[in-house]
Amino acid sequence: MYDVIIIGAGVSGCAIARELSRFQLKILVLEKELDVCEGTSKANSGIVHAGYDAGPGTLKARLNVEGSRKMETLSKELDFPYQRNGSLVLCFDPKEKDKLWELKERGEANGVEGICILDRQKLLELEPNVGDAAVAALYAPTGAIVCPFGLTIALAENAAENGVEFVFGAKVQGLEKAQEGYLVHTPKQDYETKVVVNAAGVYADEIHNMVSGIKMKIIPRRGEYLLYDKNVGSMVSHTLFQLPTALGKGILVTPTVHGNLLTGPTAQDVPGKEETDTSREGMERITERAALSVKEVPGRQVITSFAGLRAHITEFSEGEAGDFVIGEAADAAGFIDVAGIESPGLSCAPATGEYVAGLVKKLLEPLEKENFIGTRKGIPSMALASDEERHRLIKENPAYGNVVCRCETVTEGEILDAIRRPLGARTTDGVKRRTRAGMGRCQAGFCNPRVVEILARELQVEESQIRKSGEDAWYILSPEEGGSL
Amino acid sequence: MKTADLVIVGGGPAGMAAALAAYHKGVKDILILERDRELGGILNQCIHNGFGLHRFQEELTGPEYAVRYMDLVQEKNISHMLNTMVVDVQGGEFCLITAMNKEQGMFQIKANAIILAMGCRERSRGAMNIPGYRPAGIYSAGTAQRYVNIEGRMPGKEVVILGSGDIGLIMARRMTLQGAKVRLVAEIMPYSGGLKRNIVQCLDDFGIPLKLSHTVTEIHGKDRVEGVTVSRVDERLSPVPGTEQFVKCDTLLLSCGLIPENELSLGAGALMDEVTQGPVVNERLETTVPGIFACGNVLHVHDLVDNVSKEAETAGAFAAEYILHGEKEWGEAVRPKIPAKTKCTLPEDRDTGSQLICIGCPVGCLITAQRKEDGSLAISGNTCGKGEAYARSEMTAPVRTITSMIRVEGGTGRVVPVKTKSEIPKGKIAECMREIKKAVVKAPVSVGDVLIENVAGTSVSVVATGNMRVF
Ligand SMILES: Cc1cc2nc3c(=O)[nH]c(=O)nc-3n(C[C@H](O)[C@H](O)[C@H](O)COP(=O)(O)OP(=O)(O)OC[C@H]3O[C@@H](n4cnc5c(N)ncnc54)[C@H](O)[C@@H]3O)c2cc1C
Ligand SMILES: Cc1cc2nc3c(=O)[nH]c(=O)nc-3n(C[C@H](O)[C@H](O)[C@H](O)COP(=O)(O)OP(=O)(O)OC[C@H]3O[C@@H](n4cnc5c(N)ncnc54)[C@H](O)[C@@H]3O)c2cc1C
Repeated sequence: MYDVIIIGAGVSGCAIARELSRFQLKILVLEKELDVCEGTSKANSGIVHAGYDAGPGTLKARLNVEGSRKMETLSKELDFPYQRNGSLVLCFDPKEKDKLWELKERGEANGVEGICILDRQKLLELEPNVGDAAVAALYAPTGAIVCPFGLTIALAENAAENGVEFVFGAKVQGLEKAQEGYLVHTPKQDYETKVVVNAAGVYADEIHNMVSGIKMKIIPRRGEYLLYDKNVGSMVSHTLFQLPTALGKGILVTPTVHGNLLTGPTAQDVPGKEETDTSREGMERITERAALSVKEVPGRQVITSFAGLRAHITEFSEGEAGDFVIGEAADAAGFIDVAGIESPGLSCAPATGEYVAGLVKKLLEPLEKENFIGTRKGIPSMALASDEERHRLIKENPAYGNVVCRCETVTEGEILDAIRRPLGARTTDGVKRRTRAGMGRCQAGFCNPRVVEILARELQVEESQIRKSGEDAWYILSPEEGGSL
Repeated sequence: MKTADLVIVGGGPAGMAAALAAYHKGVKDILILERDRELGGILNQCIHNGFGLHRFQEELTGPEYAVRYMDLVQEKNISHMLNTMVVDVQGGEFCLITAMNKEQGMFQIKANAIILAMGCRERSRGAMNIPGYRPAGIYSAGTAQRYVNIEGRMPGKEVVILGSGDIGLIMARRMTLQGAKVRLVAEIMPYSGGLKRNIVQCLDDFGIPLKLSHTVTEIHGKDRVEGVTVSRVDERLSPVPGTEQFVKCDTLLLSCGLIPENELSLGAGALMDEVTQGPVVNERLETTVPGIFACGNVLHVHDLVDNVSKEAETAGAFAAEYILHGEKEWGEAVRPKIPAKTKCTLPEDRDTGSQLICIGCPVGCLITAQRKEDGSLAISGNTCGKGEAYARSEMTAPVRTITSMIRVEGGTGRVVPVKTKSEIPKGKIAECMREIKKAVVKAPVSVGDVLIENVAGTSVSVVATGNMRVF
């Protein structure tokens, strides 16, 4: 019998797991994919929003401002990439300047610090490459960027270190009210638990509807992106948002924490919950709209495109429309929803974790652990390390001297570390998100066979068993299929 | 700190030829740094033939061409370090090279001059903006080539290839010979950039359709590729709505261009040429950074390795002169002469059974050859006698050289490249491949070793085209 089962190992589920791991509780995270961070948490803008978007008084606003305040400290405790680069909301029409003032007031009401309005002159000082049409901007110095995988994996690893169990490939297919708590069905096994936390992202409605009569419906809203080579990463230094115009919601242009340039997202409702494909129209739209924010969109420097799904709730009678749905379901005791976690769910995560842990605490009244480990060390990066550190690492393990990914200078040592640590990588995408091997301009053309070989060696399986991400994402044929000479 | 007169980054054909040329000019203290486990560069995975016609007046496979240079490098005792990645180079009066490997860790070398010979890389899917999902099963042709020819592994069963340059064509044949079904080769341009010979011997021989003015407009399948949408494009290369066609496959190979690999050159501060995508050089192949020279595919993409070797010799000789006699006035920028791309256009509804493309010379006449009732051949469309002879042999007794690889036990690698020592009847290809696939040999293996005698009863033997040491 578990005390808490968390469904979904996205940033929300992992943040909750980490917060709950401070207490003497038996906790399990069930994730349908083969790794953490395989849902929306892997495909978003990676922005830590300052907190001026959500309406004052909403849970979204509160968790955003709190999360944003906590993120920097958390990034030091758990060692993930974070950078406070500040964000700008660009205004392209002098008549719409008052909208900037509205945003400023809202931000101040939410408790966001340091916001101000800049005229074009000041704006140019901050961003020399800003588009000619930008007349003014809102400046939020507390806006920041974060590595979404880095954050999620760090939270999960730290939770695991503090005793939280994770089971992958475990899709929750049914939930039953039991004598005490719930019985959770997965294909391989059933689990008993006192409390269930539903952090299933775009599937949170399905999980919710398994136990509650108050029906919820989520229609995913897809957002597509274009990612550009590092050699244009410094084109802008702040995150450039756009005020919504008659043409629709704006497109952002931002550097990433790893020094690439990112533009997007689009917004389009899609019927399927796995429809993370990109489209020609999406790419064209991004390029066209991004051209407002910067003088020249470096179209030839695109290295990949991707898309993520916002968990947009379209039907649910409880709660405030447009706000997160976080709390015990009205008709299902011990079942806590963490649903409708659209943007800025990433920014909120540290606060969401604490908030939900508070709800669980009320239900189970657990004691605090004495031996909670509050910090975690990430995988060293040979690309970023000082010469001294590099020498030390290679001395420790010569594999740190063997470069496997040429574009991002990732070594075998880092890949071994990614595989061997708690909740280690089992797939090439897992290796990629932990080390950046394959994230660079050649998009794994060079390192793919090498990473597959290392994974197979470490996991002691035939190379044909290595997957990109999902069970069917094979790379090479098995010897039985004629795949080996 | 280690020192050397001349450090060469990259041990492909360019690096090796440059080293040898510098050696002959009197610079003996040379060090080649190579990140792979062998010298030879991309040639090691280009196991097909078609190399060396200019340089050696004979037709070699890629590995054979490489081995010739490796032997010379060894003979002259030119030092090299393998499995060593150069991560930074700096020019000037003293050049500084930073490199990494497992044995020495991170280390620096001081040199009088550097020659950049890092080759090139392939354009990726992202760079081509192909929309759709991002499943496993999308490979650049070179990655697939490495899987098949170096690792001895098959990356898929049903294949679509985008891009009909030589690499795409060569991989179509390679995958087919290893048992995959190549559904089609799509080419966005109205002509193929590949050699006529490759269209004949890599596509026509196996009945693989070439769709000119077509491109892949969507990738399907969330985990693994399940198919692609292929569409016709208009004169502006934009997809024409309504021409979409779904093609089922589990693998998409991209052969859409090569890009010189110039991260190090940029890091050194070399001025780049937007046209060649390589560094700007003068007539001595010296970049704008003093002491740093460049040659081979890092300077501009070459179609023929023979030209790479020649260019590299120029760079090697001038680098030696620089080391021995000091810096000269830089002079003028000279853009390397890039031979015009071949543009092979073909009628769309060509009957490959009777309409032959002559491969006797680059003109590539389209010859129609039909058997008359009396059994004799009616040949038309050729513009010279060569065409007639070619058509006659193609229609009566066509022959081919087969290149593939054979499994090795106890070696440093899994497979060794091989070829039929001479041409065999085209009709014997399948049987020949069956014997090659069944064969297993023991390391060591040297170039020229006979590995199968009298293959498929043709009295031709299958010989090794590469070396393999004992593990
Ligand atoms: C286009 C876009 C841009 C965004 N930009 C930002 C931004 O810049 N800043 C920001 O703060 N936020 C942003 N967000 C929002 C942020 O990404 C999300 O709020 C956050 O990632 C949600 O995390 P999650 O853990 O709730 O959901 P997810 O990450 O989707 O995790 C849910 C997990 O549950 C698993 N699961 C689902 N069903 C089951 C089941 N039956 N059994 C077991 N496991 C299951 C899934 O596999 C998944 O791993 C953006 C979102 C999108 C789509
Ligand atoms: C698939 C294919 C088919 C071809 N077919 C033919 C043909 O039929 N006939 C023909 O004549 N030509 C052919 N070519 C062209 C010819 O092979 C190339 O032009 C030639 O190999 C280029 O030589 P290079 O030395 O410049 O580059 P490469 O052969 O690519 O060598 C570059 C070397 O540098 C190393 N390197 C790169 N960066 C670093 C670093 N930072 N540190 C250390 N080492 C590094 C690489 O590992 C590599 O070994 C073909 C090419 C390809 C790709």
